[in-house]
Amino acid sequence: MLGISNLMPIIILGLSFAFFMMARSKATAVSNGIPSSLHSRPNYHGTLSFLWVLLLGIAAYLILLIFGSWFVTGSLLSQIKAADPSLADIQAQLVLSDAKAISEGRTASSVDDLRETIAGNYSGLSNLHNWSMVLIPLTLSVLGGFFQIKRITAEWRARNKSERIIRSFLFVCAAIAVLTTVGIVLSLIFETMNFFSNIGWRVDKYIFGTEWSPLAGVHSGTMDPDRVGAIPLFVGTLLITLIAMIVAVPIGLMAAIYLSDFASARVRAWAKPMLEILAGIPTVVYGFFAAITLAPAIRGWGEAIGLSVASESALAAGIVMGIMIIPFISSLSDDVINAVPQSLRDGSYGLGATKAETIRQVVLPAALPGIVSAVLLGVSRAVGETMIVVMAAGQGANLTVNPLEAVTTVTVQIVMLITGDTEAETAAGPAFTLGFTLFCVTLLLNIVALRIVRKYREAYD
Amino acid sequence: MAQEVSEKQMKITARGVDVFYGEAQAIKQVDVDIEDHAVTAFIGPSGCGKSTFLRCLNRMNDTIDICRVTGDIRLDGNDIYDPSIDPVQLRAQVGMVFQKPNPFPKSIYDNVAYGPRIHGLTGSKSELDGLVEWALTRAGLWNEVKDRLDKPGTGLSGGQQQRLCIARAIAVQPTVILMDEPCSALDPIATATIEELIDELRTKFSIVIVTHSMQQAARVSQKTAFFHLGDLVEFGDTNDIFTAPQDERTQNYITGRIG
Repeated sequence: MLGISNLMPIIILGLSFAFFMMARSKATAVSNGIPSSLHSRPNYHGTLSFLWVLLLGIAAYLILLIFGSWFVTGSLLSQIKAADPSLADIQAQLVLSDAKAISEGRTASSVDDLRETIAGNYSGLSNLHNWSMVLIPLTLSVLGGFFQIKRITAEWRARNKSERIIRSFLFVCAAIAVLTTVGIVLSLIFETMNFFSNIGWRVDKYIFGTEWSPLAGVHSGTMDPDRVGAIPLFVGTLLITLIAMIVAVPIGLMAAIYLSDFASARVRAWAKPMLEILAGIPTVVYGFFAAITLAPAIRGWGEAIGLSVASESALAAGIVMGIMIIPFISSLSDDVINAVPQSLRDGSYGLGATKAETIRQVVLPAALPGIVSAVLLGVSRAVGETMIVVMAAGQGANLTVNPLEAVTTVTVQIVMLITGDTEAETAAGPAFTLGFTLFCVTLLLNIVALRIVRKYREAYD
Repeated sequence: MAQEVSEKQMKITARGVDVFYGEAQAIKQVDVDIEDHAVTAFIGPSGCGKSTFLRCLNRMNDTIDICRVTGDIRLDGNDIYDPSIDPVQLRAQVGMVFQKPNPFPKSIYDNVAYGPRIHGLTGSKSELDGLVEWALTRAGLWNEVKDRLDKPGTGLSGGQQQRLCIARAIAVQPTVILMDEPCSALDPIATATIEELIDELRTKFSIVIVTHSMQQAARVSQKTAFFHLGDLVEFGDTNDIFTAPQDERTQNYITGRIG
C-alpha cells in the first residue's frame, strides 16, 4: 500500500502525458484537417490538458500528504492523551512512535495495552490515509483531464489559457524563493530575541562585552550576561577581513587594469579564465592550504627574525582569504572598467595623454563607484567566509589586533556552537544571534554596494 | 621647383597612404595636402574611409591592434610615422574632436585643464585659470559656464558639451584640430554655433573636418576631399568641387545620386 502512494507523482505524470496525447488528437480531429481553423495549435490543447491533470493531481497529493499525516498524528496523540491524561507531551510521542513500530512489525521500546490499541488505530488510519492519497488525486486528475478534453473546440483559446497557468506556476516558484528567505530571516530574529531575553535583555553586554564564553554557565541552566560579549569576535573578523582586503584589493584591481587595458586579446583570452579558476577552488582547500602550508611557514619566518607567532595566526588566514577574494575583485572591477566608454579613452588619447595617464585620471575615476561596490562585495564575502578561518584562525576568543596571534571570528564561533557537545537548543541562541548579526552586516554591505552601482549606471550610460 | 614651394605652405602632406584592417584595405594610395589656417573637409558616403584617414593624421589608429598604416604623412615636413616620433606628443600637436561629445566625468574646469596639466603647459594656478578661460572663450562657451566651472561637464547640453570638447582640445595649444563629424549628434541650432566657431578657429589653427553633410562642407571649408570606397576621388577648392566636379562619382554624390 505504501508503495503505490509513494509512486503517485510518477503515476500522475504518466496520466498527464496520456491526456496530452488525447487532447492533441481531439484537437486535430476537431480541425477537420484544416490546421488554420483552430485558434490554438493541437500542441497547446495538449499542454493545457497536461497542466490541468498534472497540477490538480500533484496539488491534491501534496495537500493530503502534509495535512493527512498531521491529522493522523494529531488524532492519535489526542487518543493517547484521553486514555492516559498523566502523560507528558514527550511521553505521548514516545507511545505513538512505539505504536507505529508495533503496527509496522518493528521492535518497540516497550509493549502494553495502550500501545497495542493505538497501534491498531494507527494501522487503520494510515491505511485510510494511504488510500485517500491514491484515490483522491487520481479521481481529480482524471475528472480534470476529461473536463478539459470536453472543452476542446476550434475556438477554444488553449494557447492563452496554458500561458496563464504557466505564468501562475512561475509566480509560485518566485514566491517560494522569497518566502523561504523571509522565513529564515524571521527565525533568525525570533531566536535572537529569545537569546536576548535569556540574558535579561542586556543587549549592551552582547555588543560591548569583551568576554565570549556563552556556554560557561550552561550546566546550571543559566546564561551569564557578562560572558556573552561579542567584541573579541567582531575584532577578530574585522582583523582578518582587513588583512584579506589589503591582499585582495591592490592585486585584484591591478590585475583588472592590466587585463582590461594593457593585455593583448590573446593574453586576456587565457589569463581571465585562469584567474576565474581561483574562484572555483573550494574554500575548504584554501583552508587547509592556510593551516598546513602557510601558517607554519609564517611561524618559521617569524621565529627566524625573533618574533613569536602563534601556529594559527590571523595573518595566515587573512592572506589566504585575500587570495580567495582576488578573482572577485578583479572580475567585477574588470567589468566596470570595460564599461567605461571607449569614447572617454579616445578623448584622453586625443589630447596627448599616455595610457597610464588615461587610466589613472579618466578611466579609474569614471569606474570608481563600480570598483567601490566590488570591494564592498568582497568585504561581505570575507566577513561571511567560514572554512578558511575554522582551519587557520583559531578558536579562542582572544581580544587582540596583533595579526601574529590567534583570533577567532563570528563564523568560527557559530560552527563551534553548533558542532560542539552542547545540546543544540542551548547552543542555538548565541549561534543564531551571531548569525543574525552577520546577516545584518553583509546585508548592509550589499545594499550599499548595489546603491553605488545603481548610481553609477545612471551617471554614465 | 614650383611643387616644392607650394608644399612649404602645407601643414600636413600625405603621400601614398594605405590603411589595412587585418587583411581588408580601407584606404588606397591617398595623397592629400592640408593647408595651414584653412578648413579642409572630407566628404563621402559611409564606410568610404574618411574617418579612418582622419585618424591617421594624429596616429589614433595606433590604438587599434589590427590597424596598419603605410605611406608617408608629414606634419611641418616631419614624418609622423618615423620611429623617433612619440605618438603621444604628436597628439598634443594634432588635437581631435569626436563625433559624440565625450566630456570626462569631471568638472568643466578640470575637463579643460586636463591636457595643460598633463603636458605641464602652465606654471601656476593663475596661469592655468587664464588658459582655461582663454580656451573656453575661444570655444564660445565662457559666458555660459563661467559661473559653474566646478559643475560636471556631463551636465551640459549636447552642443555645449561639444564646445567643451573643442575648448579641451585647443587648451593643449595644438596647431591642427581634427574633427570627426563634430555635429552629427547635435541639433541644427547647436550645429550652426559650432560651424561659426570652426570658421573663427581657422585664424589660429588648421582644421580638418569629416562630415556627412555636404551643405556643412560647403559652408565651413575652403578645401574639400571626396572619398569613395577607400579612394580619394577628388580634392580641390570647395567651390570647384561643388560647382564643377571633375569626376563623375563626385558629381553623382553631391547631386544625391549615390551615398
